[in-house]
Amino acid sequence: MTITTSRRGFLKATGAAVAVLAIGVDPKGALANTASGGGNITPFVTISEDGTVTAIIKHFEGGQGVSTGLSALIAEELNMSLTDIQWTHAPSDPTRYANLFFGGFQGTGGSTAMANSYMQYRTAGAAARELLISAAAKEWSVDAAQLSLKDGVISGAGKEGPIGAFVAAASAMEVPAEPRLKDPSEFRIIGKEIKARRDTHDKINGQAKYAMDVHLDGQMVAALKRAPNYGAKVVSFDDSAAKEVPGFIMAQTLPNSDAVVAFAENTWAAFQARDALSIEWDMSNAEKRSSDQIKDELLAAVNADPQYVASETDLTTANAALDGAAKVVEQEFYFPMLAHAPMEPMGATIEPLADGGVIIHDGAQFPTANNMVLNQILQIPMEKIQVNTLYAGGFFGRRATPNSDYLVELTLAFAVTDRTRPVKLVWSREDDITGGYYRPAMAHKVRAGIDAEGNIVGWDHRVAGQSIMKGTAFEPMIVQNGVDHSSVEGIADGAYTIPTMHLALTDAAPSTSVNWWRSVGHSHTGYVMESMMDMLAEAAGADPVEFRLRYLSGDSADNKRMAATLKLAAEKAGWGTPLPEGRARGVAAHKSFGSYCAEVFEISTDADGVVKIEKVTAAIDCGIAVTPDVVRAQIEGGIGYGVGHVMRDQITLEDGAVYEQNFPDYEPLRIHDITAIDVHIVPSAEAPTGVGEPGTPPAGPALANAIAAAGGPRVAILPMIGEGVEFA
Amino acid sequence: MTISLKINGEMREVDPAPGTPLLWVLRDELKMTGTKFGCGVASCGACTVHVDGVATRSCQTFAEDLDGAEVTTIEAIGASKVGAAVQQAWAEHDVVQCGYCQSGQIMSAVNLLSDIAKPSDQDIDDYMDGNACRCATYVRIRAAIHRAADILEA
Repeated sequence: MTITTSRRGFLKATGAAVAVLAIGVDPKGALANTASGGGNITPFVTISEDGTVTAIIKHFEGGQGVSTGLSALIAEELNMSLTDIQWTHAPSDPTRYANLFFGGFQGTGGSTAMANSYMQYRTAGAAARELLISAAAKEWSVDAAQLSLKDGVISGAGKEGPIGAFVAAASAMEVPAEPRLKDPSEFRIIGKEIKARRDTHDKINGQAKYAMDVHLDGQMVAALKRAPNYGAKVVSFDDSAAKEVPGFIMAQTLPNSDAVVAFAENTWAAFQARDALSIEWDMSNAEKRSSDQIKDELLAAVNADPQYVASETDLTTANAALDGAAKVVEQEFYFPMLAHAPMEPMGATIEPLADGGVIIHDGAQFPTANNMVLNQILQIPMEKIQVNTLYAGGFFGRRATPNSDYLVELTLAFAVTDRTRPVKLVWSREDDITGGYYRPAMAHKVRAGIDAEGNIVGWDHRVAGQSIMKGTAFEPMIVQNGVDHSSVEGIADGAYTIPTMHLALTDAAPSTSVNWWRSVGHSHTGYVMESMMDMLAEAAGADPVEFRLRYLSGDSADNKRMAATLKLAAEKAGWGTPLPEGRARGVAAHKSFGSYCAEVFEISTDADGVVKIEKVTAAIDCGIAVTPDVVRAQIEGGIGYGVGHVMRDQITLEDGAVYEQNFPDYEPLRIHDITAIDVHIVPSAEAPTGVGEPGTPPAGPALANAIAAAGGPRVAILPMIGEGVEFA
Repeated sequence: MTISLKINGEMREVDPAPGTPLLWVLRDELKMTGTKFGCGVASCGACTVHVDGVATRSCQTFAEDLDGAEVTTIEAIGASKVGAAVQQAWAEHDVVQCGYCQSGQIMSAVNLLSDIAKPSDQDIDDYMDGNACRCATYVRIRAAIHRAADILEA
């Protein structure tokens, strides 16, 4: 934890008629109390004189449950019920609300929200508790040690009073240097089974506000007609048909020539006008390949000499081990491009202010990056750019791209207007499915050998695909010796101890824009590793769970935690117990984002081989599960997200243009697809780790392994329906 | 053209351009944003409302065809006995994640429970399959529908 607990002075809330106790960090990251005259501290928690406690959430709520999770930390230390705490999104301010794992950058990603906030928010809550108790002790002239705080009331030494009565006094006291955090034995929220999501109420009665729901006086709605092929540029456009659309205002080429923007008085008119535009494109630098060609190129790349070696073990050593193997299992894998397709299509609104500043209304995943874009394009000082963070209708990585794609579009669209009216950018579903920033297409080839006893002796693993991180601001952190770690994460650095593994990577030429997609590289490496483990177990004549445990038998935390997680999932799934006719099970286990997840899929197949997922049993070790029901929900969702795409989905190119347009071509998982999911949490006292993504990687391979166990095909070329698998 | 709609019990005069879907009349003209835009092609169910008591995809329903119709949206569904039970069950199970599809899920679930008091899993699949949830909250939706049926039976 990076909060330093230097002492700060205190002052009452400036200009407020009613005192508010606010606890946060100052610009140096030190724990601090309510603002000084010029200090303006931005808090993690505020307590008003009416006793209202509000958690200030520095990460956006996109469904992952962070509003509940971080509120739980504050509520726990203030010893109050989770149902009694209020919350609000924090403003954009990377000096105070940085993701502690991202440096001086406010943003959400990599399943880090709880992990980076756990001590920060607990400390703020504990400091507020100690201040309030100290203020009461002073008022009552008793020893603070005699007092306790529970459910908004301070009591002890024969006295009792609501916390609100001590807010003013507490605001004028000095912050404790090191507030005492609750001992886990005192927890009443953390780790407890409570269903009290802080965002449920807004989301079941239509009150929750998303970027799509912004209506500002005088706003124009902007819809873009983008290039059909990656790299095409606008030459000219004809808007004579758009002029017939009631509500149409104007059309302009975006300054980067990537699109033509249609402005209208409302969303429907903007879409109609956009669709009526006729555009001439310069295709000279446009992608013109089709997916089949890209697939052939990637599969050729994993059979050729690689560009980069990503392991200490070299190929000669691995080949020697494989030459001595009793059996070698060899398999190629292919993963198509995938769209994120969150339920809420992209969009945001820019609101000009009289002082030359702007407010961005957005479900902002990387507000700091967005603000830098605005600063650069519009030359507005950073301090004059505000962000009104709204609910995001899902993200899965899509509401952040390395270059803030939709914020650039919005800003450029605003820039071509007279900048007096708010501009709301709205994407349609077609914009979303065809709009790039996909999980890149990836190919793998693995040769793995076992000895006569069925133990792995060597492994040669080749990966090819388009790099996500190269050419972005993240390259210096993630690319080493030419290897984009996000292309190969989860192979050599997985939880298993696999002997003599050679890992190599070849970058593919860009065919489209690519992006991190829920679980990033693990979305394909998990599938390959866990398919291979099953194939090797079969070659060894071993049980798939027992075979995996052989490589989790050491003393490392990775080995021990994954073994325990795998055993829990297997036990709860009844692994090894007899199944009725027509049923089969498959297992997969994968570490990602610091967490360990194992899943068992139980499927049925009918006489025609049609597959139905009957039950999924999962186990997750994410360290301390702060809000277990939110953890469970994330694993349920991660399973659905992972397996749905593996079953059916791909983004393909025809002569360079995206073929799929909308959900009928990019079919989401539906309610009939999975009958039941049962998630078990491994008890842990370790620091919290990720939950948003770790449920996703094991889902696809667990299904693939179940299909193979049922006598179906061993699917290594995705999606499964392209390989003849039929689903009920 | 001016048309009259009884929306959530209140008579409203609206004046959409010809061919405007009900969805955009609700969202842009009446600023009732609880009904969501997800796909525009009746493939995801996020825009589901009730027209004369029947679950309807508002993105594929022309407003001009609805003169005199009664429209119920998520903003008012809690006023009905079934709607209130569904919302209660949704809260008890903490169904929501991002929440963007949930208005439509709830409107479809109310339609299901209005037709079938004690739905089977198969009934749930049949009625709810058109409502996509990219967060995959489906197992909780299923549990919450069964719970709502129990609430209504009690």
